[in-house]
Amino acid sequence: MSKKSKNLEPNTGWDFDPAPEKVPVEIKAQYDLFIDGKWVKATSKKFFNTINPATEEKLSEISEASEKDVDLAVKAAAKAFGSWSKLPGKERAKYIYRIARILQERAREFAVLETMDGGKPIRESRDVDVPLAAAHFFYHAGWADKLEYAFPGLKPKPIGVAGQIIPWNFPLLMAAWKIAPAIACGNTVVLKPAETTSLTALRLAEVFEEAGLPPGVVNIITGAGSTGAALVNHPGIQKIAFTGSTEVGKVIRRSVAGSGKKLTLELGGKAANIVFEDAAIDQAVEGIVNGIYFNQGHVCCAGSRLFVQESVREEVLQKLKFRMRSLILGDPLDKNTDVGAINSAEQLKTIQHYLSLGKKEGLEMYQNAGGTPKKGFWCQPTLFEDVAQSSVIAQEEIFGPVLAIQTFRTIDEVIQKANNTPYGLSAGVWTDKGSKIFNLTSELKAGVVWANTYNKFDPTSPFGGYKESGFGREGGIHGLAAYLNLEG
Amino acid sequence: MALSMIDLTTLEGKDTPGKVRQLCYKARHLHDSYAGLPTVAAVCVYPSMVKTAKKSLGSSGVKVASVSTAFPSGQSAQNLKIEETKYAVGEGADEVDMVISRGALLSGDLNYVFDEIASVKAACGSSRLKVILETGELDNFDQVRLASDISMEAGADFIKTSTGKISPAANMPVTLIMLEAIRDYFLKTGKMIGMKPAGGIRTAKQSLHYLVMVKETLGEDWLSNEWFRFGASSLANDILMQLVKQEQGNYQSMNYFTID
Repeated sequence: MSKKSKNLEPNTGWDFDPAPEKVPVEIKAQYDLFIDGKWVKATSKKFFNTINPATEEKLSEISEASEKDVDLAVKAAAKAFGSWSKLPGKERAKYIYRIARILQERAREFAVLETMDGGKPIRESRDVDVPLAAAHFFYHAGWADKLEYAFPGLKPKPIGVAGQIIPWNFPLLMAAWKIAPAIACGNTVVLKPAETTSLTALRLAEVFEEAGLPPGVVNIITGAGSTGAALVNHPGIQKIAFTGSTEVGKVIRRSVAGSGKKLTLELGGKAANIVFEDAAIDQAVEGIVNGIYFNQGHVCCAGSRLFVQESVREEVLQKLKFRMRSLILGDPLDKNTDVGAINSAEQLKTIQHYLSLGKKEGLEMYQNAGGTPKKGFWCQPTLFEDVAQSSVIAQEEIFGPVLAIQTFRTIDEVIQKANNTPYGLSAGVWTDKGSKIFNLTSELKAGVVWANTYNKFDPTSPFGGYKESGFGREGGIHGLAAYLNLEG
Repeated sequence: MALSMIDLTTLEGKDTPGKVRQLCYKARHLHDSYAGLPTVAAVCVYPSMVKTAKKSLGSSGVKVASVSTAFPSGQSAQNLKIEETKYAVGEGADEVDMVISRGALLSGDLNYVFDEIASVKAACGSSRLKVILETGELDNFDQVRLASDISMEAGADFIKTSTGKISPAANMPVTLIMLEAIRDYFLKTGKMIGMKPAGGIRTAKQSLHYLVMVKETLGEDWLSNEWFRFGASSLANDILMQLVKQEQGNYQSMNYFTID
């Protein structure tokens, strides 16, 4: 009774009807700076546009903070530090719990705004970014009055004013990762979001107002690189926390050298995702897709280098391509969308540059067919087959939905190759064998090694890198240590 | 589409020819006040009711499926199971729903399971064979996958989750495992195998979830009642209610939908 069928195709036949998230979100025409608990005009009087990368429509105008504004913000934070750091931990916790709850109450609004401003699918902002951000506030609120128990025998003391600079890939979540531990430990904060994605950080300032957080504890200033540089170089700052590119991280490290400022950096990555022949292949394929196409690959810990054992290469590639074809690219606000818009025109250019490099190198490229919307910045999920370690595609961080696939024969070989990179942020291992997992978690030079899963985050679990992926940890007890002076 | 994929089922000790005739009528006349509805795919009964069902369905195109092999437990001698299958086919069953020997599978006697399916398949002649894994008794996904692979290699035309007599019956994770097994078998051999989740699927919304899963795992070639079935009797009325709601704008009382 069985018959031959031409081909397996997951994405033909019936299409899904549009299912856009319709929660209305009010966006002001202009945003000022949030300094000392008040919204103040930037002294520069300059504004820059922030756009929706899926439509290229202007969403709002954002203030560009000058050196003078940065100075005002740091002074406000320094003034607030006196009383905030002396407040009993359980009192600080009350504010932070309140922030977490308000964030949950306004979750849908934040998700929509994050998606409009950054281009990520609503499915991700709704199910990952916003809930995790709230979880980070909840988790660190719990620590605020228990810091002495986190570090037995030591006297944990807050550091002072923390200057924090965050990237555009997880704007709200990174703000939460940075602000929650800092204020839980009794520090005060001047935070600068990335220039393309300032809106959710500014909305978070509204939450701080609503929660009654004392003025100056968290100040939010907006702007581009020069604003960030002014923040890093300000003498009133005791601690810098930066998440972003390795290139900028190096500049920051040079400029704080000798200043006595504490520093943590969470930088780029080129993670190895390793699939052994004994892995559950279908599950691994899901993990590969989640690893590289999650948030359009704008993830520092993205599993951008896939190592497949030669014996299962055909099967993995066949299933991976099939799974890729079922991904839906389109309107990020649509609840069925899997792949949203590239964050900016500039980033799209970077990605396209790497795609053409890969093609020039003669690599076999596979890309989802199907067009992309006319307006906005888009890149279909892409992979390169049989890449060599020496190829640019396998060496440099692309920060887009581009996967470099390599094969390996033995465990020693894959360990060597996986570690043969200047980065060391994360890695993935897929196998049914526990002993292989334990072996690889100890051999791989990566801050996080996921076993039979990928891109799993939790506030209790420290996150951070080796080598040029940075130093210092965020989350867990290790993350608290980055915001405390620990004296004996 | 979902309606045409339903296998209406009555599998009770108290089944009578009268009850089976009523079910067969429903199979052909789902909701006569709504024009243009399809019939269901099949009516599933015990072997003793096959003749009755066959007669009342006539030339409607609705198939008669008979359970077999000491359904639902499968705890009987192999030769009796084969005899039972021959009897059902002889009575006119277009499809045979057999159960696997779960005990043998769990105790590692895979050859026994394989041989039994192969010999029942031989006894089926030209009737299509659905193999029920009874996933609710198989403990874990690895066993479900193993049972799926054995069944397909041994000649199953369809693999089916459950008898409906054991809880849990069909659910999405188990169905996905089986769909993936079907996909891998197709990629290896080029042969299409059908899938039938049975039990526990009661609402139109659930049926959509399953259809999307089939489409995204196997593609649209599987989206017909030749390759996909719902073993679900109460599903039909929920779909009918949704259809009528679409047409009239409000939900009707369940009293307007017939129970057979």
